[in-house]
Amino acid sequence: MMLGDTIFDVYWFQTVIKVLVVALLIPTTALILGIVFLFKVMSWMQSRLGPQEAGPKGLLQLLADGAKFLQKEDLTPMSADVRVFRMAPIVVLMSTFLLFVIIPASPNLVVENLPNGVFFAFAVSSLSVIGVLMAGWASANKYALLGGIRAAGQLIAYELPMVLAVVGVVIQAGTLSMNGIVVAQAGFHIGPIPVPYIVTQFPMFLVFLAATQAELTQAPFDMPVAESELVAGYQVEYSGFRFLFFFMAEFATAFAFAAIAATLFLGGYYVPGLDINSGIYWVLGPIVLFTKIMLVSFLIFWFRFTYPRFREDQLQRFAWKWLIPISLVWISVTALFKVWVA
Amino acid sequence: MLAAISAPFSQAVSQAVADPATSSGAVEYSDFVRQYLTVAIFSGLALAMVALMLGMGAMLRPSSGRKGDFQSQKQIVYESGVDPVGLGWTQTQVRYYVFALLFVLFDVEAVFIFPWATRLEAYSWFGLVEMAIFIFLLLLGLVYAIRKKVLQWL
Repeated sequence: MMLGDTIFDVYWFQTVIKVLVVALLIPTTALILGIVFLFKVMSWMQSRLGPQEAGPKGLLQLLADGAKFLQKEDLTPMSADVRVFRMAPIVVLMSTFLLFVIIPASPNLVVENLPNGVFFAFAVSSLSVIGVLMAGWASANKYALLGGIRAAGQLIAYELPMVLAVVGVVIQAGTLSMNGIVVAQAGFHIGPIPVPYIVTQFPMFLVFLAATQAELTQAPFDMPVAESELVAGYQVEYSGFRFLFFFMAEFATAFAFAAIAATLFLGGYYVPGLDINSGIYWVLGPIVLFTKIMLVSFLIFWFRFTYPRFREDQLQRFAWKWLIPISLVWISVTALFKVWVA
Repeated sequence: MLAAISAPFSQAVSQAVADPATSSGAVEYSDFVRQYLTVAIFSGLALAMVALMLGMGAMLRPSSGRKGDFQSQKQIVYESGVDPVGLGWTQTQVRYYVFALLFVLFDVEAVFIFPWATRLEAYSWFGLVEMAIFIFLLLLGLVYAIRKKVLQWL
């Protein structure tokens, strides 16, 4: 690839398109998940109406909320550490942006197919811990500090099961690249039947979902923002668009994690029976991936709406005593099978 | 792991150094550099989006500055409506520190386990036994923490 030849160089041309697409995609995904699940599915599950007024069937409610946030004063508490306070939501949002780099929507429809894509995803997703700690600390608010510390303790405790849950898939696929994993998964059979990795890695899928839930600080793992104990935890001092950044990052990250789960465990853009090299994936790939993402998101939000909140120590115990040992055992089983077959 | 990370980089650098002027001063970059250039561009994109949205907000929202009596009331931290007592930066439980230590223990394991997992077929039984010993030693650490009642709060 030649750089600096002309501005219409292939790399730069592609990158500009990718940048524009992803810049549009991230707010859109947050909107879709927010409207479909947070408003519609949640009110349906809890036997109430949900938003009705803004737009047809209340579908424009989040846009109206966004317009409202845009007009809110950008408050910073007098005693806060101003620079850190203002930077914190940006750090969280940046980690979300970088997650979208590695998700393949078809064999070639991907921002960058990094050779160590899975590893990169976890590296950038753990950046958000720093943002959350910064927000909690810089607010100079006791509730915010408690929320920030809780969030940090929770995010690092659940990052481990999340990372370990993926190792089973990596062992089976023999690669860290997201596209490589989809290709390996397309060629995976039990007997004559082609199956996605969820069949062999089902315990890991459950561990991954639970850890995703905790990473997103959603109920039942929402102690860091528990409104009945901590007001809103580390978000309490934020107003206007800086608050919206946290909200957007949460939902866009939910979308990205659902995409990663769909790619690793459900076969991503691949449809069994269709050759993976066929050109039809340019069109079909994004649609299939989106369907799988909505499926996984439905599971995530279903848990969110049905389970009551854990206590802080129960949450830590659940990660250290159950999720981590389960994933370590399943790694050993997978590795044993892999070596046995080879 | 470190060698695995640095190998393509040094390769890329040596490539860039070896043929600095293949055609009219254009530098050829390897895939590795190109891919992480994209990553860098995307973190720049995040900043640009933030600047755009905050800039839009700055034009629309009211801003009454940080001075004045009314303002000082508004800018006290919100602790459920009660005036805050003392500083916000108070001491918290040391337990979270222990979790952080446990995390470091297992995170290092995760870093070692990934390269092993990708090349398991090549390492075969030797790699399997090796990793089994490694995981067993780490689990001992976890069992020790549990027996010391680190996870027991009440």
